[in-house]
Amino acid sequence: MKRPNDLLLRAVSKVAVLIILTFSINLFYSGHHNPGGGFIGGLGVTAALILLFLTYDIETVTDNLPVDFKKVAAIGVLIAVGTGAGSFFFDAAFLSQTFGYFDIPVFGKTELATAVLFDLGVALAVIGSAVTIIQTISEDE
Amino acid sequence: MNNALILPIIIPLITGAILVAFRKNIQFHRWASAIALIATGLVSMFLMNQITLHGIQTLQLGGWEAPFGISLVADMFSSLLILTSSIVAFACVVYAFRSIGKDREKNYFYPLFLFLITGVNGSFLTGDLFNLFVCFEVMLISSYVLLSLGGTKIQLSESIKYILINVLSSSLFLVGIAYLYAITGTLNMAHLSVRIADSGQDGLTTTVSLLFIVVFGLKAALFLFYWLPGSYSAPPTAISAIFAALLTKVGIYALFRMFTLIFYHEPQITHLLLGIMGAGTMLLGAFGAVAFSDIKKILTYNVIVSVGLIIAGLASASFMGMTGSINYLIHDIVIKALLFLIGGTIISLTGTSRLDEVSGLIRTHPYLGWMFFVAVLSVSGIPPLSGFIGKVLITRGTFEASYFWLGGIGLITSLLVLYSVMKIFMNVFWGETNLSVEMEKGTTNGVMFPIVLLTALTVALGLGVEGIQPYVNLAAESLMNPRFYIEAVLGSNAAF
Repeated sequence: MKRPNDLLLRAVSKVAVLIILTFSINLFYSGHHNPGGGFIGGLGVTAALILLFLTYDIETVTDNLPVDFKKVAAIGVLIAVGTGAGSFFFDAAFLSQTFGYFDIPVFGKTELATAVLFDLGVALAVIGSAVTIIQTISEDE
Repeated sequence: MNNALILPIIIPLITGAILVAFRKNIQFHRWASAIALIATGLVSMFLMNQITLHGIQTLQLGGWEAPFGISLVADMFSSLLILTSSIVAFACVVYAFRSIGKDREKNYFYPLFLFLITGVNGSFLTGDLFNLFVCFEVMLISSYVLLSLGGTKIQLSESIKYILINVLSSSLFLVGIAYLYAITGTLNMAHLSVRIADSGQDGLTTTVSLLFIVVFGLKAALFLFYWLPGSYSAPPTAISAIFAALLTKVGIYALFRMFTLIFYHEPQITHLLLGIMGAGTMLLGAFGAVAFSDIKKILTYNVIVSVGLIIAGLASASFMGMTGSINYLIHDIVIKALLFLIGGTIISLTGTSRLDEVSGLIRTHPYLGWMFFVAVLSVSGIPPLSGFIGKVLITRGTFEASYFWLGGIGLITSLLVLYSVMKIFMNVFWGETNLSVEMEKGTTNGVMFPIVLLTALTVALGLGVEGIQPYVNLAAESLMNPRFYIEAVLGSNAAF
């Protein structure tokens, strides 16, 4: 079979994927005080993965990234609900959150919040379900 | 604050998510889902105990006070429904162990089932209108997948109709929520109730409430039930049993909540309309049940009749009618699951659902036959079984509200219901045995336990009606007095 001439696409996506992923992580972290967060960050990561699917093919990407995205979604839900349920141990209402400032080497004074863990769960759930949807509708059968 | 309120939602959710991560181990799937449902039932019993002792329980998620945060509210009405639905879901899941088949089990049947229960319990517990929409969607999306899981031709064609009608009603739901938010500026149900009571339920608000009648009428199969008979008879028995037992009941629950807590000021418009729709539902459902000679069709039309009857109690807006409706709602969740499980067992034994092709099963399956007989008596409200007390109280409630026609139609359709299910009993179990044990397509091994459990429950609910009556009265009281609900959510000085 003749390969399509997609040199440009490949060259651009190699750089673009990196930029998209970096931007997604930035979005994810800025979500605590500014627009952004787990949902939109997760969608960004999904966009990067979809670009990879389009440029290469699904087999190549899944060979290099052997992850079952249904499980990613399930683990995301577990993390998100788990952080909510953590409040059971502190006699606080479900989904309560807290934060504190810590001195960490290299970063200096840093705000650490439990909401980030919740957001991580959301991000994983979004990545897992969005990629699963794309994979399912792209199947031939 | 009572964190136990979140448990009926997150126990099935967490279990389902864990099961998705461990796809291979079917035995683990079975036991984990059964245990999760038992745990949910136990939590709801604990909640009932708390409510009896300390009044309505609330939880403000994340500590954000109502009306700004999301409230979960457990009053006796919702806790009773969670308890009943946990028991019935447990029975259906146990029935699925032997009947649902390896393919469906491998393709996430149990997680989907648990997500469905997550949505159902969430709808019962939430005190926020938008959250009610979300929980409805959780339940509906799981039901879409459960309905089409397996991908037989009839399932796919029925799912398309089912999804279309539900997407339509969900979008109307969203439109209704938007209108209500524009009018009142809040979506917390207790706060909505306060705002509407303060400013009076004017014409615009009443019109929006009619939109909600359409929305929940579609979901609860109240008069707008034309999608139901097809889609409930398509999936395998365990799934159609849980659909028949729970899905329409969530719509009924929402109607009760909306029209006792929020839109209770203009009963001569809204409740009368509900009564008329209820009467129409009962009549058309009963005609359908009498007309067909196919087990699945008769049973699905029976689901519709009972929706009309329960709404008749709501339409009466009297304490008596409410008590009857709650009694009948609990009874109906149990009995519809039971009828569908037995009906499905008969179909799997004989390989057909047509009445004229089956006869004389009582000789080969006496226990199944007599339990079906008990279910038949119970569904048509013969004392001392569980359907009786609910029907009596609903009828008295409608008479008290001088809706004599409504109570009358309820009684007449009861007779038609009795005829329709008795027709199944006589055709299938009486007569000459035309099917020897060797010729049977299926088996009753392993599926009898849930049927026995539910039969025992309907007998116990009938004989022990005195035992549950205090709880039912408490539930009806909180439905009749929105003040209790509002004070529990917003605090006793709810003056904003």
